Amino acid sequence: MMSKPNTMIDRYRWYELAGIYAGVALFLGFVLAPFVEGFLVSLKPLTHLFSSPYRFWPEKASFDAYFTMWERVPLLGRYIFNSILIASVGTLIGVILITPAAYAFARFEFRGRGPLLGAFLAVNMFSGAVLLIPLFRLMRTLGLLNTYFAMIVPGVAFIIPTGIWLLRTYMLRIPQELEEAALADGASRFYTFRRVILPLAMPGISVVAIYSFLTIYAQQFIYALTFNSKTEYMPLPVGLYAFFGRQDVIWNELMAASFLGVLPVFVVFIFLQRYLVAGMTAGALKT
Amino acid sequence: MTIRQSAIVFAWVLLAPALLYVLVIVAYPLVDTINLSFTNASLRRTYDRVGFENYRNIFQRGFSDVIVRTLVWTFCSVALKMLIGTFGAVMLNAAVPGRTLFRVLTMPPWIVPMAIGIFMWGWMYNGEFGMISGLLQRLGIVEGPLPFLAYGTTAFWATIVTDVWIGVPMVTIYLLAAIQSIPRDLYEAAWVDGAGRFYRFRRITLPLIVPALITMSMLSLIATFNSFDIIWILTQGGPSGQTTTMIIDTYRTAIGSYKFGEGAARAVLICIFLSVFCFLYFRLVSRFSGATIR
Repeated sequence: MMSKPNTMIDRYRWYELAGIYAGVALFLGFVLAPFVEGFLVSLKPLTHLFSSPYRFWPEKASFDAYFTMWERVPLLGRYIFNSILIASVGTLIGVILITPAAYAFARFEFRGRGPLLGAFLAVNMFSGAVLLIPLFRLMRTLGLLNTYFAMIVPGVAFIIPTGIWLLRTYMLRIPQELEEAALADGASRFYTFRRVILPLAMPGISVVAIYSFLTIYAQQFIYALTFNSKTEYMPLPVGLYAFFGRQDVIWNELMAASFLGVLPVFVVFIFLQRYLVAGMTAGALKT
Repeated sequence: MTIRQSAIVFAWVLLAPALLYVLVIVAYPLVDTINLSFTNASLRRTYDRVGFENYRNIFQRGFSDVIVRTLVWTFCSVALKMLIGTFGAVMLNAAVPGRTLFRVLTMPPWIVPMAIGIFMWGWMYNGEFGMISGLLQRLGIVEGPLPFLAYGTTAFWATIVTDVWIGVPMVTIYLLAAIQSIPRDLYEAAWVDGAGRFYRFRRITLPLIVPALITMSMLSLIATFNSFDIIWILTQGGPSGQTTTMIIDTYRTAIGSYKFGEGAARAVLICIFLSVFCFLYFRLVSRFSGATIR
């Protein structure tokens, strides 16, 4: 199939190649600079950190901060556990709500389907901050302030629209004949959903689950900050924020703790990024 | 019940849990916000209706400055995201060795917990020991430390840059997908006719990713307008209110000083802006998707 222009068009002259790599370096430099700098800071002893003039490379690199941070932030392990817990439970609730709804939108004709899907997507328009006041009052009335519940429940609402959209797109590609055959054999609709559709939709459901986990893990700040004041329930961002806000921030340990907190999502991402990127862009472009 | 009716009932049963959830967590609070905006609600259990007093107060207390600042902040951020995102997408689309790795390396700001990325920027902006001020001093561009978050103008731009940084991966990946969906024949035909690389970009790539650009800029507009974490962590709206956007102002009023009524009135104004953006979005998307099909 490879006709001649096909390969020739992708040939670059040396200066074009140099230009592209320079452009990529500039772009990735912007994207990755904070990570590089943050990591180098975590390796610098505090006395070297606060020294002028500025030095990019650490003079005496050491991993000391990764050990001393446990004393400075005694609950660090707990914070990371809380973050993972909140993201996991949120993902579970999200998937349980999203999967049947996506199936309904993908397969059934009912009055008001279009507007209802639009209404779900409109949820994306609001951030938590706008709805914070009634949610705060609601949580207070129900006595749910300072619980995990208060930090998990609001976040889930904001993964539902995108989740439904992604999974609906995936389910639209499952051939309808399979369900028709099952129904013709006398299977109930629920049985068909559970035994025919769910297994086939698993790759799509996985994408939604990864997306949900990463999103909730990345965005657990405002609810946790507002609805919870118990130190032992804090997720990592809020737990570290308490240290960040102080006058004399122990930067090398803060950065070390941050990198530790990033680790869980990096592991998830490194293994699953291929599926995630493919799934998300497909959902976005095929409208 | 006919088969058709039973199918409809089943569909609603499938929908019910998600629908109920969103009604309780999003729709009810939305209605309640509007309701509270006409009251003097606070931490007390009871409250009185006060009519439009909250709305009158808002504009007497310089809220129009906050609105203008929010719009400028948002538009600058979105414009930069689109510019850098397009640049990144074009660079990552080039068929050079290592591009798969480059694409993966674009993602970290998006997947890392937002607050943690912001902490890192907090260090970068540090005047005496941070990277940016340090490099600028070394290069002799500034004399002496420049604490970016201590001055209004620099803090304003510092928060924008951090917001751009968090938004760019998403924009880049979507635009890259849009570029990749352009039929290759177009490029080959242009190439055969002797069109140069830049000419092909200007005449083929750019016009054909306009719909994706519009979609992404409207979605970014809504997300950026709602941005809270970045400003709250870096400056809490300071110095002297120079980075106070509508969201920050609402949070301060409502949660900071427990003036739920006044806060709700501000939140309602935010919702009005968001609805306008949303309306624009649907208008633009329907117009441009029609135009590209032709």
